[in-house]
Amino acid sequence: MVPREIKKTRPFIGMGLFVINREGSMKLTGAEIVCESLLKEGVDLLFGIPGGAVLPFYDALGKYPALRHVLVRHEQAASMAADGYARASGKVGVCTATSGPGATNLATGIAAAQMDSVPIVAITGQVPRAAIGRDAFQETDLTGLTLPITKHNYLVMDVHDVAPAIKEAFYIARSGRPGPVLVDIPKDVLLGERIDFNWPQELDLPGYKPAGSAPEAQILKAAEVINNAHRPVILAGHGVIISRAFDELKELAEKAQIPVITTLLGISSFPTDHILNVGMPGMHGMAYASLAIDQADVVISLGARFDDRVTGRISDFAPNANIVHFDIDPSEFNKNVRVAAPVLGDLKQTLTQIIPSINKTIRLDWMQNIEQLKTEHPSLHIREDKEILPQFVMQQLSEITKGDAIVVTGVGQHQMWAAQHYHFTEANTWITSGGLGTMGFEVPAALGAKLARPEKVVWSVAGDGGFQMTMCDLATAVENNIEVKFAILNNGTLGMVRQLQDLFYENGFVASLYSGNPDFVKLAEAYGITGIKVTDKSQVAQAIQTAMDTPGPVIIDFIVKQDEHVFPMIPAGESVNEIMEEPSPESVSR
Amino acid sequence: MTKQNNYHTIISLVQDKPGVLARVASLFRRRGFNIASLAVGHSEEPGLSRMTFVVDGDQYTVDQATKQLDKLVDIVKVSDISEADVVARELALIKVSITDQTRSQIIEIVQLFRAKIVDVGTMSLVVETTGEEAKIDALIELLQPFNITELMRTGRVAMVRGKSTGEISDDYSTNSIDGNKNRALAREVGSY
Repeated sequence: MVPREIKKTRPFIGMGLFVINREGSMKLTGAEIVCESLLKEGVDLLFGIPGGAVLPFYDALGKYPALRHVLVRHEQAASMAADGYARASGKVGVCTATSGPGATNLATGIAAAQMDSVPIVAITGQVPRAAIGRDAFQETDLTGLTLPITKHNYLVMDVHDVAPAIKEAFYIARSGRPGPVLVDIPKDVLLGERIDFNWPQELDLPGYKPAGSAPEAQILKAAEVINNAHRPVILAGHGVIISRAFDELKELAEKAQIPVITTLLGISSFPTDHILNVGMPGMHGMAYASLAIDQADVVISLGARFDDRVTGRISDFAPNANIVHFDIDPSEFNKNVRVAAPVLGDLKQTLTQIIPSINKTIRLDWMQNIEQLKTEHPSLHIREDKEILPQFVMQQLSEITKGDAIVVTGVGQHQMWAAQHYHFTEANTWITSGGLGTMGFEVPAALGAKLARPEKVVWSVAGDGGFQMTMCDLATAVENNIEVKFAILNNGTLGMVRQLQDLFYENGFVASLYSGNPDFVKLAEAYGITGIKVTDKSQVAQAIQTAMDTPGPVIIDFIVKQDEHVFPMIPAGESVNEIMEEPSPESVSR
Repeated sequence: MTKQNNYHTIISLVQDKPGVLARVASLFRRRGFNIASLAVGHSEEPGLSRMTFVVDGDQYTVDQATKQLDKLVDIVKVSDISEADVVARELALIKVSITDQTRSQIIEIVQLFRAKIVDVGTMSLVVETTGEEAKIDALIELLQPFNITELMRTGRVAMVRGKSTGEISDDYSTNSIDGNKNRALAREVGSY
């Protein structure tokens, strides 16, 4: 029973921008302040699931139609979709969950965003202040839990701190080296005292100093090392994409004729078919890319962090090279490799600074050398086989989409085959869980990417293992008609695990066989979408085309060869000298 | 103390915010850095505290520890002052058992070290001493035969001599976005 008088004094809400009650003042709850703050930050989309502690925020959302909420089926999809959205759009992705299990379910996606430097803000409900520390229902110490997997986090204990915390969270998430920020707000802060909404004009972050341009001395030193190089390579990492330094990378590479090697996360920072593109190095990279680094006298790393999957055994990595390291995070310098010339700053700015000092050069010998490596080590050759080879599916996908789709993957064999065989023609169209290596990332991240760029064709490439980790969020795709095309490279096993077991372990395929997989076509039907099963390689191209021509989400279940290994392979902790390549078709008949 | 050479002193200015110690501790644990001692207290500025870390590790570890600490948003300033001209002090409280026979001997040692006796009982006394670790170690060594029943050390606090405020120029000094800590946008809205 609601007395009339109370109804009268309820505030009027005008499209979420102003709240004015009859008396003319603007008093908002913490939850409404969160909504206002999100609007101030330009947010129009968030992913989440409500629950007890966060319900006041959801209730406020009802008054803010400009904030579109996509209801997912599992909170891990919320953080991963926010991640995919952030990568594809360049904006901060937002996810929300309730206290306790809701928020702990976000954790994997938050950790993935931290490893890959992706700006997301997670807003979580917490138990009321008085209950904190008393093991209340659905209480988890979220700031403690996410301490090592966020760039920064907040527990907001006063409604006056809500707007500053959100403003700082977005700023910290997107500036410098981007990363996830969690804002945990107790229920009674969301729904207690009403205060005036004051959007802070300034930030109070004396300890936070993201780098901008580099000091002149660093630029001159780096230019000198690059200009004196005879066999230089560029190692382009995720930093190129984060900083949107595509044009600058191209200009530097072309001006000085430097071959460009892209790390897993650097893929699509430079066109795959550019004459200077030498592919991906490292564990499952092209042999010629790893060999080029091995022979190089200067490695110019652009926003890459010398992950062990790239370097292999660190003492044998680029043994002849001086390393010029461009990064926005000074802690990356000398972390894994010795750096000859560090350049600290935002890549787009630092490249713009250095390009005028770089000499125009022609390097016929070095380029010929690399061409020869490519000829001697045809890492991307796909042999003939009776069964469907997963590499072949990726190559077909690349051809049919003309390299123009956004491709999203999780981790494992499917990820490596996509990285190797998809020829990207547009910048920032490759989204993958690189650092954390998250199975299941491909489904929700693709939903986020499609919502960020609805005009693009988005393919979620999955293995049957990863797909089953997050396929519950097919419902989210259906509910919101998010037109993602799902390609399952179904080998009925955890492929990468099987490969490692086969190559390096003694006791067979322990716990890696998936004998109880569902019929993915029937699964699609259960969700009311189109499912296609492909059992013969002659049907591959047609299935891909049909999926693209069919409106709405589509699942293709490619039954691929089970015992296929990803080659080349540099075993963990070894060097390019121990590289395993696929036997050439001439030397072996399968 | 043969490991003395591996000890480095880092001082930092941190914001007095809940959880800042947890952030620091989590960082050291996660990255595998060893803290030999850690002392925290208010600084000359309200809202800011100073921490003195003694880190056990090689130069690589200390470089990484310093840079990783600097990344923490609540940490305003970090300096590795291992090579600097510093005043470094530690305070120790030492409880020693006494008998009629040993009392005078102990008092003699305490006076020799210019330490103070701050509590005297029939069975024990408490010695307070301030100084560099080596001096405290030496005093402890001399008192050890009389049976030390309780020992409490604060860990090192350190300060650079002269005008410096503890800021040491580092190799990776940078032009921050625009020199204005309050600027709201690193890049244009809507992009990274």
